[in-house]
Amino acid sequence: MLSIESLSIGYRNRGRETLVSSGIDLELREGELVCLLGPNGAGKSTLMRTVAGMQDPLAGRVLVDGENIHDMPARERAKRLSVVLTERVEAGLLTAYALVGLGRYPHTNWSGKLSERDHQIIVDSIERVGAEDLAHRYVTDLSDGERQRVMMARALAQEPRMMILDEITAFLDLPRRVDVMRLLRRLARETGRAILISTHDLELALRAADRVWLLPKGGSLQAGAPEDLVLSGAFEAAFHSEGVDFDPTRGAFQVHRHFVGEVELVGDGLLRYWTERTLEREGVHVWTGEGASPDVSVSVPLDTTGQWAVSGRGESTRFGLLYDLAQDIRTRFHATDL
Amino acid sequence: MESATMPPPSPARSPVPPGSSPPPDSVRDLRTTLRPIAFLALLGGVAAVFVLELTIGSVRIPPGQVVRYLFGGEVEVAAWGTILRELRLPRAITALLGGAALGAAGLQLQTLFRNPLAGPWALGLTAGAQLGVAMVVATGAVVGSDLLTQFTFFSDLGIVTGAFLGAGGVMAVIASVSRRVSTITLLVLGLMLGFFAQGLVSVVLHFTTETQGRVFASWNDGSFAGVHWEQFPVLVPLVLVGLGLALSIVKPLNALLLGERYAATLGLSVQRARLLALAGAVILAAPVTAYCGPVLFVGMIVPHMARGLLNTSDHRILMPAAMLMGSLLGLSADLVVHLPWERHFLHLNAVNALIGAPVVIAVVLRNRQMRSMAV
Repeated sequence: MLSIESLSIGYRNRGRETLVSSGIDLELREGELVCLLGPNGAGKSTLMRTVAGMQDPLAGRVLVDGENIHDMPARERAKRLSVVLTERVEAGLLTAYALVGLGRYPHTNWSGKLSERDHQIIVDSIERVGAEDLAHRYVTDLSDGERQRVMMARALAQEPRMMILDEITAFLDLPRRVDVMRLLRRLARETGRAILISTHDLELALRAADRVWLLPKGGSLQAGAPEDLVLSGAFEAAFHSEGVDFDPTRGAFQVHRHFVGEVELVGDGLLRYWTERTLEREGVHVWTGEGASPDVSVSVPLDTTGQWAVSGRGESTRFGLLYDLAQDIRTRFHATDL
Repeated sequence: MESATMPPPSPARSPVPPGSSPPPDSVRDLRTTLRPIAFLALLGGVAAVFVLELTIGSVRIPPGQVVRYLFGGEVEVAAWGTILRELRLPRAITALLGGAALGAAGLQLQTLFRNPLAGPWALGLTAGAQLGVAMVVATGAVVGSDLLTQFTFFSDLGIVTGAFLGAGGVMAVIASVSRRVSTITLLVLGLMLGFFAQGLVSVVLHFTTETQGRVFASWNDGSFAGVHWEQFPVLVPLVLVGLGLALSIVKPLNALLLGERYAATLGLSVQRARLLALAGAVILAAPVTAYCGPVLFVGMIVPHMARGLLNTSDHRILMPAAMLMGSLLGLSADLVVHLPWERHFLHLNAVNALIGAPVVIAVVLRNRQMRSMAV
């Protein structure tokens, strides 16, 4: 549905071109949720703006159903692409319903009069994002999350072939971010639209996206199922930087620490997992059973009412909280790397 | 880094059954329901004050006679007919049109610049028009005004052209920097351009005769009173074109409520909309200033009064409301001016300031409201 052909993105300023990335060839299918990922400064925003038709490419074409979006009038483009931007909308004394109604802009006559059908589409869009209880409220009174939801309904009401959302989860807390991603996935599936989002939220993108477009700094864009990109090492390469590692077994970033020691960990379940995380944070590895057993041993309680026991090097202590355990581990291993 | 769990997407919901009546009842609130009444009240107010304008004055003409005259009937006293025809009717029509023009111009400038305090006066348009008129008057003084004054119609055209050039010039400067500066900077810039233009006006007036200087000074006070039937062929069509243009761009103005970037993604040609709105504001403000002198505050406060009454930023409702509210304010302010005071001491702009300044102060102080009105 969307195809990008040998696209070069960047800026043209007084005849001088600043190339951000080139040789981009991509496809986007109906019903697909695609996440654009990449470190800061790699050109995510430039690519988003170029695909949305808000900025001209340096070379190449962006086609929706075979038509170049940069060659069509703004109104025609608006019927094919709708956009949600990061900027906070100050829409004055407009209700959420009226704001969603603005999504009908490219479909209405000169006065913007809404037909019966337009109203139906607005109501439907509001229901699809679950914003029924926001409809009669003024946009000024909505929280950031509610506003995003309403802006998404507006993008839906535009009835585009494809929706483009820039940093949609940026100002939301974790549960809301998960919520928004689920919603987008469902919208893509239900409405058969292609949805492209850019995000910094790598872990969430890995879990929700059908495809990831990975834009490394100064490199060329790679596309694929998130899992394929993890296995091929593309993620590690794109996000490699000093002090932070991408852990392919977890699909998450890890703060890189100097190895200061090793302990034996006794116990299992959820408490073991989080104890391991605590130890990792202190730069202490858990003994895998190979080689000589370490001289410090940590045992995990059965539940959080119990106590952690640390023994070895002649002393044994008990702690009710992982915070206190971490302090003890730090002094035991003389770790200076906080 | 937190790890998020992504539950599987919920199964597809059935789409909303068609036929649900738009918009749902829950969406409508009381003020939406009362909107037609608010409009009727505005219309009624305009009509009532219009008749009062014709009734009240040093000679009181009974309202019944006024209405009869308006519908083409004969009045009991012949002098009343003359007073109505020669003095009060042109004045009232000018106030009606001038107020509507300034209100509409103010609304489109506020939306375009996303600035609650924008208006023909605050952005320096009025002062630009003043300068243009002063130049024309001064040119008349230098080349000999005989020619100009003999052909009233042409001299009027000259003054209107001067006002257009002055207001358009200031507008061009404002528009060219508007995207690079903040809301407050733009206002300060507009005010300073205004003061600068007024400084130039003083310089220009140096080259006029004393009589012309006096004529200019009385024009400069701002009044709906000085306009006569001979000037209507220029004033009325221009204002009507401007009002029509304002009504024709309600949809782009609505899109601009979301900001220019969003408006562009909705399919709006932002450049074209800007040009239309700016040109529209000049077409409305320049002729009114040319004939009535600088009328302060109306353009700035009328949009806020209309928003306050109708509680919406939707220009399809707000634009006609701003026109009616402008007419109402113009007529009311003028009515106060020509009440049969013992001494003539109230100027139009004094009345406007007494009404307008508190409104502006309220807009600025109610910070939340200021944000929401940052249209």
